[in-house]
Amino acid sequence: MSDALQALGIGVALGGTPVLHGIDVALPAARWTSVVGPNGAGKSTLLKALAGLLPHSGQVQLLDRPLAQWRGRDRARCLAWLGQGEQGADDLSVWDVAMLGRLPHQPWLAPPSDADRAAVEQALRATQAWDWRERPLGALSGGERQRVLLARLLAVQAEVMLMDEPLANLDPPHQADWLLLVRELVAQGKTVVSVLHEIGMALHADQMVVMAQGRVHHQGACDAAATHQALEQVFDHRIAIHPLGDQWVALPR
Amino acid sequence: MALLLAAVLVLLLGAGVGSTGFDSVLHARNDPVAWQILWDIRLPRTLGAWVAGGLLGLAGAVAQGLFRNPLADPYLLGSASGAALGVALALALFGTTPFATQWLVRLGLTGAAFAGAVIGVVLTLALAKGVQHTLRLLLAGVIVGVVLGAGRDLVTIASPDTLQAMQGFMLGSTGFVGWAACGVMAAMWLAALLVAASLGRVLDGLALGEATAISLGLPLVAVRAVLVAVLALATGAAVAQTGLIAFVGLASPHLVRSIVKTTHARLIVLSALMGGLLLMAADVLARWIIAPQELPVGVLTAVLGGSYLLWLMHRRRRPGAAL
Repeated sequence: MSDALQALGIGVALGGTPVLHGIDVALPAARWTSVVGPNGAGKSTLLKALAGLLPHSGQVQLLDRPLAQWRGRDRARCLAWLGQGEQGADDLSVWDVAMLGRLPHQPWLAPPSDADRAAVEQALRATQAWDWRERPLGALSGGERQRVLLARLLAVQAEVMLMDEPLANLDPPHQADWLLLVRELVAQGKTVVSVLHEIGMALHADQMVVMAQGRVHHQGACDAAATHQALEQVFDHRIAIHPLGDQWVALPR
Repeated sequence: MALLLAAVLVLLLGAGVGSTGFDSVLHARNDPVAWQILWDIRLPRTLGAWVAGGLLGLAGAVAQGLFRNPLADPYLLGSASGAALGVALALALFGTTPFATQWLVRLGLTGAAFAGAVIGVVLTLALAKGVQHTLRLLLAGVIVGVVLGAGRDLVTIASPDTLQAMQGFMLGSTGFVGWAACGVMAAMWLAALLVAASLGRVLDGLALGEATAISLGLPLVAVRAVLVAVLALATGAAVAQTGLIAFVGLASPHLVRSIVKTTHARLIVLSALMGGLLLMAADVLARWIIAPQELPVGVLTAVLGGSYLLWLMHRRRRPGAAL
C-alpha cells in the first residue's frame, strides 16, 4: 500500500519553543488515519506542518513528491485542510463559503463553472447544509457552522483531506453522519487524516497515530491491542479501552 | 442602483446649495455668472465629494477585509499622518513666501499631501518588513502615525502662520476641488475599484484565516502587496484633494453590511458607492446648515459617522437584534 503523506524528521518550533521533535510518520493512501493524544501533544501542529502551513525542519512528501515542490494551486487541489474552529467570514452566505473550496480549481476572475456549482451542491447536501445555503455564516449555530466548513473542505474534492477536530460542536447524530461520510470518502479512494478528541470516534479509523509531548508515541491499527495500550499510556491510564460488540470504546477509569 | 439614484438626487441638490441658492441653477442658461458658479464651483465640488468619498469607502472595505478587522480604516497605514506632514511642510516652505501664487500653493499642497501619504505607507511597510504579517503591519501603521503626527505638530509650531491653513486641511474640505482634481480622482477610483473588486475572492478566502487562505492555494503575499498599494493610492488621492475626512472610510462598509451581507467583491463596489453618497450628502449639508457660511465637511462626517457607529453598537447590544 502506498503512502499519501509522509513526514520525514519533521520539527516545528512555535515562538522559539520546540513543539514537534523529529516526527517520522507515514499515512497510507485510501485509508482513514486518526491522530490522538493529550492536550499540547502537537497534533494540530503536525496537521498544519503536513499541510505545508507552518515552517518546519525535515520534509513532507505528498504522493511521493516533496511538498515544497508542489505549486500552490496544484497542492491545494490535491490536499485540503480544515482548521480548528475557523472564525470569520460571517457575512458570506453558506453557498459562498462552500464555493471557496473551488478556488484552487477556478481560473483567475472566471465565474464558477457548472462543475464548481455541482461540487458545491454535492458538498452541501453531504453535510446537510443545502437547505440554508442562502443564509449568512454568522447567523448559524456552532454545529451548523462546522458542517458548512466541512462542506467547504469537501468541495475541494481533494485526494487527501486533513481535518483538525471536525466534530467540534456537532451533536451525536451529526457525528455519526460524519463517520458515514468519512467511510464513504475512503471507499472512493480518498485519504482522510483527522485530529480527534473523541477517542471513541477515533477508534473507528483504520489507523491511529498516538502522540505525546511533540512525538509520535505509537502508530498502528485501531483494533490492535498495542494501540489501545499506547492510548491508555499517553492519557496516564485515566481511560480504558473496552470492546462493545464489534466496536471499541474509551471509558474513564 | 438605489445608491446611484440617491447620488444623482444629492448631486442635483448639491448643484443648488450655496450662497446664491437655487437661483444660480434657474438662471444658469442666461446668466454667465450663474453658469460659472454652477459649472466651475458647485458641480466639480459636489462630484469631487462623491469621488473622494468613493475612494475612502472603497479603501475602508479593502482595509477591513485585508486586516480582518471591522475597525480598520483607510488611514491606518500612515497615509493620513504622512499627508498631513507633507502639507505642513509645503505650507511652511511655500505657503507664506511672497512668490507663492494661489495656484502654486494649491498644486504644491496637493502634491505634498499625495507624496506624504505614499511615503507614510512606504515607511509603514519598511517598518513592518513587508506585508506578510498583518499584526506587524497594523502596529507599524500606528507607530508611523504617531511619529509623523509629532513631526507635523513640530513643523506647525515652528511656522505659526500656517496654523489656520493646516487646520483647514485637518478638518477636510471639498471647497477647492475643481474639474482637474475630479478627473484625477475618478481615474484612480476606477482603477482601484477594478483591481480591488477582482481580488475580492481572495479577501473572502482570507476571511476564514490566513492558514485556510494558504491551504486554498491563494498567493497571499502578492495579493496583500497589491491591496496595500490600492489602499495607499486611493487614500492618498482622496486626502490630497480634500484633506483628512473622518469616518467615511470606516462607516461606509459598515453601512453596507447593515443593509446586505455579501462577498468582498460586492462589498467593495457598494462601499465605494456608499462612501460617495455619504461624503456628497455631508458636503451638501455642510453648505446648507449655516448658509451662506459653511461647516468643514470633515467635522460633519465625524459627528454623523461617530453617531452612526454608536447607534450601531447600541443596536448590536440589544438582545435579539440582527447583527
